[in-house]
Amino acid sequence: MGDQILIRDQVDRRRSDLKRWLDRIVPVVLSVGVFFGVTVLAALVVDVVLEGSHRLSLNLITNYPSANPAEAGMRSAILGTIATVGLSAVICIPLSIASAIYLIEYAAGKRWAEVLRYNIANLAGVPSVVFGVVGLGFLVYGLGVGRSVLAGAFTLAILTLPYVTVTCVEAIKTVPEDLKFGAYALGATRFQVVRSIILPRALPMMLTGGILGISRAIGEAAPILVISGLLFIREDPTSLFDRFTVMPLQLFNWISRPQPAFRELSAAGIIVLLLILLALNSLVIYMRYRLYRRLEAT
Amino acid sequence: MSAEDLLEKIKVIIREEESVEGADVEKDAAIATEGLSVSYNGRLAVEGVNLKFRSNTITAIIGPSGCGKSTVLRSLNRMNDLVPGARVTGKVLFRGVDIYSKDVDPVFIRSRIGMVFQRPNPFPMSVFDNVAFGLRVNGFKLTKDEMKKRVQEALIKAALWDEVKDRLDAHAYSLSGGQQQRLCIARALAVEPEVLLLDEPTVSLDPISTSKIERLLVAIKHDYTIIIVTHNMQQAARVSDYTAVMMTDENLVGRVTEFGPTKEIFTSPKDQRTEAYISGRVS
Repeated sequence: MGDQILIRDQVDRRRSDLKRWLDRIVPVVLSVGVFFGVTVLAALVVDVVLEGSHRLSLNLITNYPSANPAEAGMRSAILGTIATVGLSAVICIPLSIASAIYLIEYAAGKRWAEVLRYNIANLAGVPSVVFGVVGLGFLVYGLGVGRSVLAGAFTLAILTLPYVTVTCVEAIKTVPEDLKFGAYALGATRFQVVRSIILPRALPMMLTGGILGISRAIGEAAPILVISGLLFIREDPTSLFDRFTVMPLQLFNWISRPQPAFRELSAAGIIVLLLILLALNSLVIYMRYRLYRRLEAT
Repeated sequence: MSAEDLLEKIKVIIREEESVEGADVEKDAAIATEGLSVSYNGRLAVEGVNLKFRSNTITAIIGPSGCGKSTVLRSLNRMNDLVPGARVTGKVLFRGVDIYSKDVDPVFIRSRIGMVFQRPNPFPMSVFDNVAFGLRVNGFKLTKDEMKKRVQEALIKAALWDEVKDRLDAHAYSLSGGQQQRLCIARALAVEPEVLLLDEPTVSLDPISTSKIERLLVAIKHDYTIIIVTHNMQQAARVSDYTAVMMTDENLVGRVTEFGPTKEIFTSPKDQRTEAYISGRVS
């Protein structure tokens, strides 16, 4: 009897030793991951700032690209990015929200809807250059849209569509079933449930997904390189059918030049790009905060 | 408390209740089921349910967990339509019309047959907007004053008005659990349904809130037909006029084993298993 207790005691202690050790080691392992990411990012930012900060000037934003680094700017690229990415967001976000609502609320429980949903998730992993080739074949040549802002925007839209749709689906799933059933039980139609119960609650998360999708589109170079092919433009895009370039392509152009001055310019351009991304992400956080506060207000 | 004591207590409660002699259930049924069976993904959950719910009375459906009480309740206002894989066969007659026939709109049915759920589920909006929600989605064309009046009436019926009249604009989540559940009752009543279904409405509430809800149900039963699912037998005895007992068979298929005036069910159950269940020997 006494022996048994002793043995059990030892086993217990050994197990709790292991548990305690695990408990201490796990956060260390996890934090390595965080530090790795943060360190790489910090190194990148520091390097870029060191190299490019003295090239930051108004010229960079207002001037067209030039062979003279002192005068070169990325005006056409910034405008091209705003036009294509802005238009792509206008196309992509409503489409994603609509697809997600359809998949979850209207086609719920149907086998083909499940298949469709997993395939959309798979699409999110397709290399972006493939979307560029699709855009080139289907939009530029097939529909004869040309290497235009419109073709670029649509390509970016279908590129971000899977990712944004997946987040919208997840957003809808966070709406408690209780609330939906409560509304249905009062004689609400499916559309009324979507409009007054699901959307208000899922919208903050949907917008987060949307803007993260936009952030990704801003950084995309490969598909635009296929669609536009231009790295050097000295004109503003003024219509949907104008040719265009985007910031990542402009940066690529500068980086590939031999003169160190252009390398510095590209570093400065990266700073501008990062600032725009930062501003967009701050906007997301602010919007989410506002929407949630309205929802949880007492 | 022993099982015998419990049964004795229930019998006392019954005797104190008004008797419902001479009930012609056949004639006054507001809603009735004929050969109702429900399966989920091909697995039979409930079979052969024939129940007649008399107008302006409270009928309790009792039985052990998993016997299909809630399934039957959800079939009565086509909420099972929303459960993927659910299949309903047989008839549910509401005012003599089978609500599962093709030309019946489930949305309309749900506006005539209200429902209150196990856990309070107020919408994330103000108290007023919660009660007005049903009126708005059903397209009632009301002026602001009429709307206020309807909301007030519903809150009074749900015995909540005195507690919230000064804070109709407060968020529903700022109410207590019991208040939230009464808000859900008010929300259902505002649409002026003919039948009110309650699925274990007090299971998450404290005794005081429970008693408030039981009293309000008895108070409003003359205007509605109330069907309440509960696994609290004392509650069934306290509030209901009729009781249906459900049990599962060896294949876990739920059936109604006994149905009749509550008094008879609790004092002289005909079915052996019913007797065992209500005397607490089976749970």
